[in-house]
Amino acid sequence: MRIFLLRLTAKMLPALPTLCAIAGALLMFVVFLALQGKPALEACQLIYVGAFGSGFAWENTLQRAAPLMLTALCVAIPARTGLIIIGGEGAVALGGLACAVIPMMLPAAFPATPALLLMATAALVAGGAWIALAGWLRQYRGVNETISSLLLAYIALALFNHMVEGPLRHPESLNKPSTPPLPEEYLIGSLPGLDVHWGLFWGVLACIAMYVLVRHGVFGFSMSVVGGNVRAARLVGLPVNRIVLMACLLGGGAAGLAGMMEVAAIHGSANSALLAGYGYSGILVAFAARHNPLAIIACALVIGGIESSGSLLQRRLDLPGATTLVLQGLLFINLLAWESLTGWLGVWRLRLLETTRNPNRAVHA
Amino acid sequence: MTALSLETFGAGKSFGDFRALEDVSIQVAAGTVHALLGENGAGKSTLVKGLIGYSPLDQGRILLDGIEHAISSPRDAHALGIGMVYQHFTVAPGLTVAENLLLARGHLPWGISWVKERATLDAFMNTMPFRLALGSTVSGLSAGEKQKLELLKQLYLEHRFLILDEPTSVLTPQESEEVLGLVRDLAHRSELTVLMITHKFKEVMSFADEVTVLRKGKLVGHTKVEHTNPDELAKWMMGETRIAAAPKTRSPVKDKAPIGLEILRLCVASDRGTTAVNELSLKVRRGEIVGVAGISGNGQKELIEALLGQRRFLSGKISVNGVPYRATRNEMLQQKVFSLPEEPLHNACIAGMSVAENMALRNFDSPEMRRPGWRINRTAIRIRAQKLIAAFNVSPAFPDRPIGTLSGGNVQRAVLARELAEFATVLIAANPVFGLDFSAVSDIQARILAAREQGTAVLLVSEDLDELLELADTVLVMTNGRIVYAVDARSADRTTIGRYMGGHASSPRASLGGMVQHDDA
Repeated sequence: MRIFLLRLTAKMLPALPTLCAIAGALLMFVVFLALQGKPALEACQLIYVGAFGSGFAWENTLQRAAPLMLTALCVAIPARTGLIIIGGEGAVALGGLACAVIPMMLPAAFPATPALLLMATAALVAGGAWIALAGWLRQYRGVNETISSLLLAYIALALFNHMVEGPLRHPESLNKPSTPPLPEEYLIGSLPGLDVHWGLFWGVLACIAMYVLVRHGVFGFSMSVVGGNVRAARLVGLPVNRIVLMACLLGGGAAGLAGMMEVAAIHGSANSALLAGYGYSGILVAFAARHNPLAIIACALVIGGIESSGSLLQRRLDLPGATTLVLQGLLFINLLAWESLTGWLGVWRLRLLETTRNPNRAVHA
Repeated sequence: MTALSLETFGAGKSFGDFRALEDVSIQVAAGTVHALLGENGAGKSTLVKGLIGYSPLDQGRILLDGIEHAISSPRDAHALGIGMVYQHFTVAPGLTVAENLLLARGHLPWGISWVKERATLDAFMNTMPFRLALGSTVSGLSAGEKQKLELLKQLYLEHRFLILDEPTSVLTPQESEEVLGLVRDLAHRSELTVLMITHKFKEVMSFADEVTVLRKGKLVGHTKVEHTNPDELAKWMMGETRIAAAPKTRSPVKDKAPIGLEILRLCVASDRGTTAVNELSLKVRRGEIVGVAGISGNGQKELIEALLGQRRFLSGKISVNGVPYRATRNEMLQQKVFSLPEEPLHNACIAGMSVAENMALRNFDSPEMRRPGWRINRTAIRIRAQKLIAAFNVSPAFPDRPIGTLSGGNVQRAVLARELAEFATVLIAANPVFGLDFSAVSDIQARILAAREQGTAVLLVSEDLDELLELADTVLVMTNGRIVYAVDARSADRTTIGRYMGGHASSPRASLGGMVQHDDA
């Protein structure tokens, strides 16, 4: 029994920095509110109620968590190969745009299923290519991928706005420039029995698939080797550049898919409402999950929940809408600060495992 | 400023059980240039690090102008007027010469009165035998000018005893002559005393007044330069040819053995963009160990990285078993090319991954290590690791332990297990036992010899001449990115090798002309 507990602790240790960060962020958030004379504890409670307190709250949370899972993969997968990509927002925009363009090119009364497949493929390719461009710049031109992906995201957003407000603008969209609305039958519906669209299903599926790939796939192992020590990867002849580009394609493709889901399930056309910052919140989710695809599912729920509780805080406590953003910011700072625990984790884990191996020997032996 | 004389008595220093410096007494007279000569690991750096206070000596006394002083930190050394110019530049490239000089002073007020400082610096420059424009930015200076700035910094700090650590390793021959000439003139004007670490006999012969030679942490000789010659220095540095230890029974290299590794006119650039490997050619037969000797920094690192696929090469050709080789995974697998790089944790392992995973880096994608399809078989990886750990005595014998937590010798054993798990046709090894303890060294060397007996072509690059002479069949000397000398290891003369390593061979090309390696014709 004791050994089982020790093993379990060893398995859960990687979650420690994230748990510490959440506690730290909540503490700072409470202080932040208390300094303004607001009822801090009540606010925390409302955040919980607004996120997970009712069926309606849950649906709202899941709705927001779905794209976050996909955009978090855009950070987490390249991170396996040692890249820090923060330009997922650009891939979301281009994925959404690509998805909105496809129906315009299809003949009328084209059947829905192949059309949706085409839209998804276009979104995957558009998002993947954009992030792969950042990977290419790094591998072949020595440009820092964090900066280039961020700058490429600005270009993507500009491109998106240009197309939506210019060449692709639907003449009837007067106040809110949009592409022509998707035909009714191309829209993605809700999951059976829930008021949450199918994007959630695909988001969870993508996270599980990526987890299996990373943990059990030969390619996942190659990615870890490249991310762990690129000199060793070259020594054993791994095609480092190809693996990095592939990881960027996968990550960018996931973010592109997020854009497609938002367009085809919620907005019905590509417009500026798509650019709600899912790409940036995804960075937070991926860091909270410490780039573990399974943990991304849980972290996306937490962040999605915090975001969806904003309106409740606004209504009940008269707090500004940006309050939840403050909490997210505090969470991110705490995550980065607690990340320094990682160095110790390996040592602790080793001790725990060694104790399970020789329960009678002293731990420090 | 007047030059300072320095003496040590019985200087010693240990790192753990290892005696890096033992009972070394040197006398450096005021106003002279004193060369400190020795192989890598001879204790030169340990001695000067003790003098500069960076890593204080644990035995012996230091006398300056005849008075004993304790030096326990660089601050002490600075206060006593001892300064050091390091092998690599320690200037701030974005700042001007004037700013760099001021920066060297360390303690600066919060506001700098540039008018006043400029006047002081101008006055200082006027007293110097060589000058640099105070306003010019350092990044625009040539390597020789940067080295002059390093010297100016020391003079500006009024250091009167200067330690130079291989001061010309980054300079062209012309720049070297100029800088060393300036240093000598300063010394002979009794403004400075200079202790200069070098590998190059030519610099000793033309610029030093006296020379001290260290070997394996001990003093082997001290003399005036006019009383000696490069041959004697090489003999001191390398040791007398040892009484040939009963040669281990080893089968001779077969004349008709196929060529395992062939390098033809290979050119490789260094990180700085200079040509590090310059049209280098060599051949290694199957069942032969070819050793490459040389002072580090002569292109060995770049050569090895190019062979291992860690660095692109500019031109030339590498063939393995007669087939062109560009270090791709497929070629490595098909031709069975394996390698033992130096610093295995840095070059060949992922510290955070387990021993088992690290042992699988070569074959995790092979059919035995994967389940049908695209999935990896961690059970197979673990079982194989357990076998290898037992066969190669890796300790502790836990396949799940992160490899970064193992000792250096065991990391290298684990890498060796991975690289020699199956028969290799070519093995590329670079300083494979550097920094390892005695048992790991003999273990790993025995494995390399065993691979040779089985018919592996081994290229062994090493800074340790003893290791090369013991293991290799043929020894090549690499200087300035070229092979300048080739000799049969059994008939090798250490003195001659040392002379070529020091770049003091009169005409390297001509001497190589007579010696064509393994020409069947």
